Amino acid sequence: MEDTTRCIAGDWVEVESILLEPADRATNLPEDTAAQPLRMWVKGFARTAAAVGDELTVETMTGREVTGTLSEINPGYFHTFGKPAPELTAVGRDLRARVAAYRKAGG
Amino acid sequence: MAGKTEAILARKGEIMKRALGMDYAQFERSPIAFDYEAMMAAHGYSLDDIIRIQLAAGVGKTPLLELRNLTDLIRSYAEPGHGACLFVKDEAANMAGSFKDRRASISIHAAKEKGYAGVIAATSGNYGAAVSSQAARASLNCIIVQEAFDSRHVGQPEIIEKSRICEAFGAEVVQLTVGPELFSHMLELLDETGYLAASLYSAFGISGIESLGWEIAEEMTALTGAPPTHVVVTHAGGGNTTGTARGLRRAGATSTQVVSASVDLSGLHMASDTDFNRKSFTTGHTGFGVPFATWPDRADVPRNAARALRYMDRYLTVTQGEVFYVTEAMAKLEGLERGPSGNTAMAAAMSLACDLPRDATVVVQETEYTGAGKHHWAQLNFARANGVEVRAGDPTESVPGKSIVIPERPEQIRAKDFDMGKMRRSYVRNALAHAGEGYTPTSEDIEFLAADTHSDAESVEAIIAALKEA
Repeated sequence: MEDTTRCIAGDWVEVESILLEPADRATNLPEDTAAQPLRMWVKGFARTAAAVGDELTVETMTGREVTGTLSEINPGYFHTFGKPAPELTAVGRDLRARVAAYRKAGG
Repeated sequence: MAGKTEAILARKGEIMKRALGMDYAQFERSPIAFDYEAMMAAHGYSLDDIIRIQLAAGVGKTPLLELRNLTDLIRSYAEPGHGACLFVKDEAANMAGSFKDRRASISIHAAKEKGYAGVIAATSGNYGAAVSSQAARASLNCIIVQEAFDSRHVGQPEIIEKSRICEAFGAEVVQLTVGPELFSHMLELLDETGYLAASLYSAFGISGIESLGWEIAEEMTALTGAPPTHVVVTHAGGGNTTGTARGLRRAGATSTQVVSASVDLSGLHMASDTDFNRKSFTTGHTGFGVPFATWPDRADVPRNAARALRYMDRYLTVTQGEVFYVTEAMAKLEGLERGPSGNTAMAAAMSLACDLPRDATVVVQETEYTGAGKHHWAQLNFARANGVEVRAGDPTESVPGKSIVIPERPEQIRAKDFDMGKMRRSYVRNALAHAGEGYTPTSEDIEFLAADTHSDAESVEAIIAALKEA
């Protein structure tokens, strides 16, 4: 079974790091943003074996070395379409009927 | 601010000069004026060169489609004799799914020609997909820096899809939380790698869009006997308006009205961690559209090649709910399932066409690809999950960040005119502020400001006099 907690060298993984702590951030930020660190996620090939939460260096697609905390192994994408919006489901039916009625009336 | 950030920002001029492959200082004329046309011509590519480069790159010559069903729908409720013919340029047919391929193809061609090993762009939008795709074809490395998540590590489905497609094209995607310091990190990456800055606002990118305006004028002339009376452009940073209008002019379509359109997101702060996921549009909205039109040189280049106020005849705003409704209508009536952001101009065009006579021709100059995440259903589901109220009703009741009101009938799609006079005043005020206290504009400055605000010297002088009194 795929191990989601440990990677070996060469695995495709994601590392996370903090680029700026709140105290070091730009001075003109809204309060809600200023209170948070500026965080970064980068994917690459693991240089060494590591467990999630360990410090790890990856080699990115451009060959750069980036060091951070191992956050995910073989990260995927799970965005979807989801359910149709109920406010929109009748739009097609209603507008087709209007166009047909307009043409029938000789428009 | 951290010492590290200060150190990199102090070297901004030097880093960008190398990364842009151009010294912008040569175009400066005064603290206000610069030689815009000389800057646009400095890359040396003619429009013919650009069209040739783009054809080889799989970009351009997209279908121009007449929208007969939408036109008849509008005529069914327009005043007698009204309801212009609607057309759309299906830019989703480009390699990476949007008109941004036109921008990227020229930057990538230049990067290759100048011997850069790679390119870097800061974008959470379609431009990332375009740069990644073109870089892959040109065997160049590519880094896309994205503002992707709020502090909870939650990202809009549209941006997550953009991360995916960039990685699908082999780009390194650097994902950040909300904040303008993204720019200083991009500088660090440019410094570390020596890559070309494929800025959205360079002359390469904007010249690349001129082919779109050119194609619209040529194709409409072939189809209807004349260039369109109106072209509606989704407006954010200003490149789309600028490049399209310049292309129309090059094709001789000087009487075509250029109408820019944005989604109204007034009241939301673009650098706010909490507001970040309370908007359903990541571009094409007033949060970029107004500040970039009224001060284009806020961009990541010393002088922005995208100068929308120079070219727009009108600026219309629409609501998020209206754009989602039109996105659904386009799929059901015209068989065009496209991404919502690119349909901003379509919502404005439906309102505009309703008020125009039947012999007017309105071209919406882009569409964008759609898919998981980058789809109106996904975005409405995400809005609901983030506490935004979604309901059917009167779209004028919507409040950005709080509610999305979907029209119940197409008659409710009513774009609002943004006050162009207010934007011109704001632009002149910004230009004077950047020139420094006590600076008196010369006659050359007045001439530049008149061209940059699409007005005349007399109007600019009146604005300056009024600002002095205030």
